[in-house]
Amino acid sequence: MKLDVSLTVNGEAVSARIEPRQHLVDFLREVLDLTGSHAGCEHGVCGACSLIVNGEMVRGCLMLAVQAEGAEVWTVEGLTETGAIAALQDAFVARNALQCGFCTPGMLVAAATLLKANPHPTREEIREGISGNYCRCTGYHAIVDAIEQAARA
Amino acid sequence: MSELSAVDRPNSYIGRSVPRPNAKRLVAGRGQYVDDLRLPRMVHVAFLRSPHAHARILSIDSAAAKSAPGVVRVVTGAEMAAVCTPWVGVLHHLKGLKSAPQHALAVDRACWQGEPVVAVVARSRAEAEDAVGLVEVAWEELPATVDMETALANGTPVIHPELGDNLAFQREHVGGEPEACFADADSVVVQASFHTGRHTGVCLEGRAILADYNPAEGRLTAYHSNQAPHMMQTVFAKHLGLREGDVRVVCRDVGGSYGIKVHVYPDEMATAALSKMLGRPVKFAADRIEGMVSDIHARDHRITARAAVTRDGVITAMEIDDLTGIGPYSVYPRTSAVEGNQVVNLCGGPYGLRGYKARTTVVFQNKTPTCQYRAVGHPIATTVTEGLVDLAAEAIGMDPAEIRRRNLLADDVYPFRNLAGLAFEGLSHHACLTKLLAMMDYEGLKAERDALRAKGVYRGIGLASFIELTNPSPFMYGIGGARISAMDGATVRLDPDGSVSVASGVTEQGQGTEAMLAQITAGAVGVDVARVRVTTGDTETTPYGGGTWASRGAGIGGEAALQAGNALRQQILVIAGAMLQAAPESLDVRGGVVVDRATGAERLPLEELGRIVYFRGDTLPKDLPRELVATRHYTPKDYPFAFTNGAQASYLEVDVETGFVKLLKHWCVEDCGTVINPMLVDEQIRGGVVQGLGGALLEHCVYSPEGQLLTGSLADYLLPMSGEMPDIAVAHVETPTKESALGAKGAGEAGTAGAPAAVQNAINDALRPLGARVFAQPFTPARILTALGKI
Repeated sequence: MKLDVSLTVNGEAVSARIEPRQHLVDFLREVLDLTGSHAGCEHGVCGACSLIVNGEMVRGCLMLAVQAEGAEVWTVEGLTETGAIAALQDAFVARNALQCGFCTPGMLVAAATLLKANPHPTREEIREGISGNYCRCTGYHAIVDAIEQAARA
Repeated sequence: MSELSAVDRPNSYIGRSVPRPNAKRLVAGRGQYVDDLRLPRMVHVAFLRSPHAHARILSIDSAAAKSAPGVVRVVTGAEMAAVCTPWVGVLHHLKGLKSAPQHALAVDRACWQGEPVVAVVARSRAEAEDAVGLVEVAWEELPATVDMETALANGTPVIHPELGDNLAFQREHVGGEPEACFADADSVVVQASFHTGRHTGVCLEGRAILADYNPAEGRLTAYHSNQAPHMMQTVFAKHLGLREGDVRVVCRDVGGSYGIKVHVYPDEMATAALSKMLGRPVKFAADRIEGMVSDIHARDHRITARAAVTRDGVITAMEIDDLTGIGPYSVYPRTSAVEGNQVVNLCGGPYGLRGYKARTTVVFQNKTPTCQYRAVGHPIATTVTEGLVDLAAEAIGMDPAEIRRRNLLADDVYPFRNLAGLAFEGLSHHACLTKLLAMMDYEGLKAERDALRAKGVYRGIGLASFIELTNPSPFMYGIGGARISAMDGATVRLDPDGSVSVASGVTEQGQGTEAMLAQITAGAVGVDVARVRVTTGDTETTPYGGGTWASRGAGIGGEAALQAGNALRQQILVIAGAMLQAAPESLDVRGGVVVDRATGAERLPLEELGRIVYFRGDTLPKDLPRELVATRHYTPKDYPFAFTNGAQASYLEVDVETGFVKLLKHWCVEDCGTVINPMLVDEQIRGGVVQGLGGALLEHCVYSPEGQLLTGSLADYLLPMSGEMPDIAVAHVETPTKESALGAKGAGEAGTAGAPAAVQNAINDALRPLGARVFAQPFTPARILTALGKI
């Protein structure tokens, strides 16, 4: 069985006929070639697939693509092209707040979500704000520094 | 003017925190991890894995799977064995190490829960998984050997009867006079039994391979999430019946590795074989659940240990008895005996002992195979050694910092060979400890700790000195017969536009390898670092090399790049000398321009030199060499390994009612020789520390008595999260190795090597007033409450 779905992804109208079991992150990666969002655990723990759906941070592996009918979805590709997360991206590069880079798109979404709600967080609030996103490389210290730096910018 | 050293050259980037050239791409979501790649006619494989720890395969009915939607092929172990030969994970220099042939898909029998048994290839991964559910395997469950403590006991089932017993490897080493030290009536003997919890790397990008066998060419191209492409080239060729030259391994972006992606995995071998069978591209990307049971595990050790210390604080001897369970096979080709062997080599390493005795016993069991994970053996050896040092200090009433000052090898004793037989070229234990204690305000922290104790707040300070093995020579694997290169090459080329490319055999998994190579090359040639392009991770386009593991990228790959860059600069200067009618030695290259060496006056931009050489060679003297490309290789020759050292400290608080540990701060001072990029080195240390903290406090592969992994998802297997990790202060002492011009030693594993020991000692410091101690990792609330007698 397949269902029709129509949504807006990174500002572009998208329509597709897909299996209802397909997760949003797989739809973005496999159907739309938006491979910047990563599936790290596929059970909602690691945060690598974090996306913005209708203005809220969502786990792309816990939402079915058909649930995004009519939704406005933003991925790292679109957030990059609009410049929405440029300050965070610059800070991540300058501070080496990424190593392998696999968690980074999701981490940037989490950081942007945090700064939207709390533009000047303390280190503790930053650590809390990104605690749903695993990073296995950095040990988090540099990520906290980079978000602090972006918040000051 | 004498030749300036690599560090002192004008425009040198060595010692500068230059951002990584590949980081901008990754923050924009433009990485190219294996699962991001697609090829025409590509199909996907999913594996039926053994649900049992040990079971005979009586029959396999795949009829329903074969006719399921999208299915292209279903392959069993017997069919796979006709295409992919089995392997045995032994090395000759690990005397007596034995293992059984391991197949890409289990034949007749599965030996751990998660072993791949049947491969289903379909047009999509989802369809392949659907069809896996339709494969019917008739199993006969066999008794499982799970507990390593009883693996050698009479009556325990022998996993591979043809091997005679479950003993994979055993080694004992005695140095000096341990018996006399322990018999000394004036010495105190302390002892403990330590456990390090079996855990795993959990690379956020699961293992992945896209294998593309082209029958028209007879060539296999494997896009592989891996650390060692040339090693895998050899392995694929050998076991798939191809010539090495007909195999190309490409490693683009790798989403974390930490040693997990440097081993031969049956499912990855099966994927390459399936591509050969089908003549089309086959992709395998491990999902998290299958990764937890099929990625290598590590550090499943029990160590009983004792130390002798004189009343005035001289630690005279250590004795170590290590037992480790490695799963049913020694992992190919690095073997699963190396970790235990490292424990024997590394215990007591920072200290000047009079007697040392160590033994490791490596046994088979029906659990996921274990092998080398970041800092191989170091965190175990450091936990044991530093645990004993703190016990010795407590036994004689000495401050933990003072007993280390009295026993650490003096900074002027080198070169030095210790009782384990390790050769140290130059270490700096005292300088590191002194810097650490100053950085953390040791005396101030002690006062704070003591003041809070009076208020019922239990804080602890833990110290740990350590050594780290880096820059391995052929003594690591080559002498054991493994085709794993200890040598790496770099090819540096000047293009007509004055830009420089460098291709290297070492690889990038996020450490900053490519930044390091760009910095060294830019400085050596004399160009802006932004004009250097780096290629790694491709057996077809890079010089042969080992890849990145054992903290070898900077020390070995970096030295090759330095030498190649220097050679290219000399070639440029010879050509420029002819063009400018100047002696080459009177010129230099700085900022992309040939300059007068003495005055710095600009003489000739490299793009003009490039234009002439490439397009107007007719204007140059006929016999002038025109090579603008240089390749150099480097392998360590003077020492088997370049040891580094350092010291770490942990400050934490134990909630004695709940058993929870709150990490307050962590410090690390380490000496990796020449620091090429301070920011990247510091982040290697910090990331390594947190992986060590994960093993010390959270991460644990817990098995049922039947051999079922109980912590097989990230909901059950706990990883460090940002909220519970501390800020980590890092500093350096620099003792460059004299073996190379660069002087760099490795830094990738130092953080992991020392962190668990520092945490263990800090927890036990916090618990000391209550008379409790813990030595079994992970130090969970339940274990701490048990030690406190509360549960």
